[in-house]
Amino acid sequence: MKDHKLLTVENLKKYYPVSGGLLYRHLGDIKAVDGVSFYIKEGETLGLVGESGCGKSTLGRTILRLEEPTEGTIIYRRADITRLDKKGLRGLRKEIQIIFQDPQSSLDPRMTIGQSIGEALLIHGVKDERERGQKVTDMLERVGLEAQHALRYPHEFSSGQRQRIGIARALAPSPRLIIADEPVSALDVSIQAQILNLMLDLRREFSLAYLFIAHDLSVIRQVSQRVAVMYLGKIVELAEAGEIFSNALHPYTEALVSAIPSIRKRKKTRILLPGAVPSPLNPPPGCHFHTRCHRVLPVCSQVEPELKDVGGGHLVACHLYGV
Amino acid sequence: MKEIILSVKDLKVRFFTRRGTVRAVDGISFDLLKGECLCLVGESGCGKTVTALSILGLIDSPPGKIVRGEILYDGLDLTKCPAERLRHIRGKEIAMIFQDAQSALNPVFTIGDQIVEQIRLHLEVSQQGARDRAIGLLKEVGIPSPGEVAGYYPHQLSGGMRQRAMIAMSLSCDPQLLIADEPTTAVDVTIKAQIIEILRRLKESRKMSIIFITHELGIVSEIGDRIVVMYAGRVAETALASELLKNPKHPYTSGLIKCLPDITQAKERLESIPGTVPSLDNPPGGCLFNPRCNRAMAICRKEQPPPVKVNKEHSVFCHLY
Repeated sequence: MKDHKLLTVENLKKYYPVSGGLLYRHLGDIKAVDGVSFYIKEGETLGLVGESGCGKSTLGRTILRLEEPTEGTIIYRRADITRLDKKGLRGLRKEIQIIFQDPQSSLDPRMTIGQSIGEALLIHGVKDERERGQKVTDMLERVGLEAQHALRYPHEFSSGQRQRIGIARALAPSPRLIIADEPVSALDVSIQAQILNLMLDLRREFSLAYLFIAHDLSVIRQVSQRVAVMYLGKIVELAEAGEIFSNALHPYTEALVSAIPSIRKRKKTRILLPGAVPSPLNPPPGCHFHTRCHRVLPVCSQVEPELKDVGGGHLVACHLYGV
Repeated sequence: MKEIILSVKDLKVRFFTRRGTVRAVDGISFDLLKGECLCLVGESGCGKTVTALSILGLIDSPPGKIVRGEILYDGLDLTKCPAERLRHIRGKEIAMIFQDAQSALNPVFTIGDQIVEQIRLHLEVSQQGARDRAIGLLKEVGIPSPGEVAGYYPHQLSGGMRQRAMIAMSLSCDPQLLIADEPTTAVDVTIKAQIIEILRRLKESRKMSIIFITHELGIVSEIGDRIVVMYAGRVAETALASELLKNPKHPYTSGLIKCLPDITQAKERLESIPGTVPSLDNPPGGCLFNPRCNRAMAICRKEQPPPVKVNKEHSVFCHLY
């Protein structure tokens, strides 16, 4: 059971057309997600890391069909999510839930917490009001809040408590997979640790799988079994968490890992990347990363490297490795 | 013994609001030495930004007011300094950079014009002289083709570039002291590393003193010489950076360090500090940290702890010692 693939994403693309100028012509596409493939096993946490604009949030939203994919398939258990109709989608969203970065704006300010969580239950078929109330209480207590909090409004809580509410709401329909989009990046460190612990506990208790999206590598390290690194819409490296951090192969991952400010040991060899992420509207030819790469080869500006297994399930898209 | 360039003594800043009086900064003291980088560290609402704004006389009054204490800069108490005089110091001798460069820069002027304006406000130079100087500054912070970038508007630059442009502007009149308020918080990790590198280089090459405000201890270990850990408007602990990270004394400091995830390995659980930062319009009695402290004693609820010297550079405000 453990090794069952819960979610399989194949060659997923999400393009946003850009038009403008005279006659509103189609000028090109922003390739937010550009041919991404990966899977998540039952009860597993896949960390998805990358800088702003790399497409990691779009990827998360596309899996839930909050954004319509341009191309590719998303298989959840046996169903292809990209082909589901409205009714099918509703069933899907009972199984896959999402937690957002900013719990303030993802909770309705005019609904009590109890109503917000109860609504999620009602939509997913808990018709009996008593049962809903009981479930809301259970959920609140499970995430470290109290039953009486159900009667309060979002503004009465601190940001850490609001994130707990966001988690309770996502958890209420008993999902199998939670997409967590930067769930701790708006929180102070002492609160961040509380929320990460809570998410780890819930994973064990309900054997949940997470797609954990974050830009903070040390957070990703703490929660993930496997890690995917994204750059300009593509996965450039994917491996076991320990492997990524001790034996990063892609020069981008290498630079990211070396750039982490850490109090534990001072880095002697920091790789400073020049410049910033190029525009996704007009990405560099060949390997998208070659303009900032410190180990660039002549071939990199011409041929785009493919994501290949270099042994032991360690995937990397870089000309330095493989044939 | 190095020269003290800025000395904050028993500073108290309050905000008088309809809901009550908020003690944003409640009696903090520290000295800044020439050429050092002092880090103010703490979680949101601990008073680190208010402290910085007080130094520059930028606390909005009302509702805010410096109710006590002094800020000595070059023999002058900035809290009592006339506005006119302060205007000459601000931007010229003490400069500040902010977290969000997008909103700190004026969107309708080019980068070059904004820097030129600041230079000519404080220094007697010609338009052309100021322009050359502005381009030199942009080059110094590592902006490629600075002549061209000087003609750009802020929205034409990436986040990292904007941050550099703001740093260049802050350097325009060779300040003695740079106050950096979370300059690395809103940028990506690779850009963060670039900004830290620039600030570190500037500190060396210009012998500038820096007050660096951050909530990230990882960054402190990269750039800080000394650290002041703040909690709920008060100082919890102060020490040399290397000492504090290795040998924290205050339960809050060690809690902060322990709750950071480690990149070398995943832990079974992170240690965490229970509860949240107290509300500053109704703070707990005694030590402000006592409701969250796992080593709290009876005295902690009654008396505010006095500073205890661990060694020459290290003092802690805690009843345990």
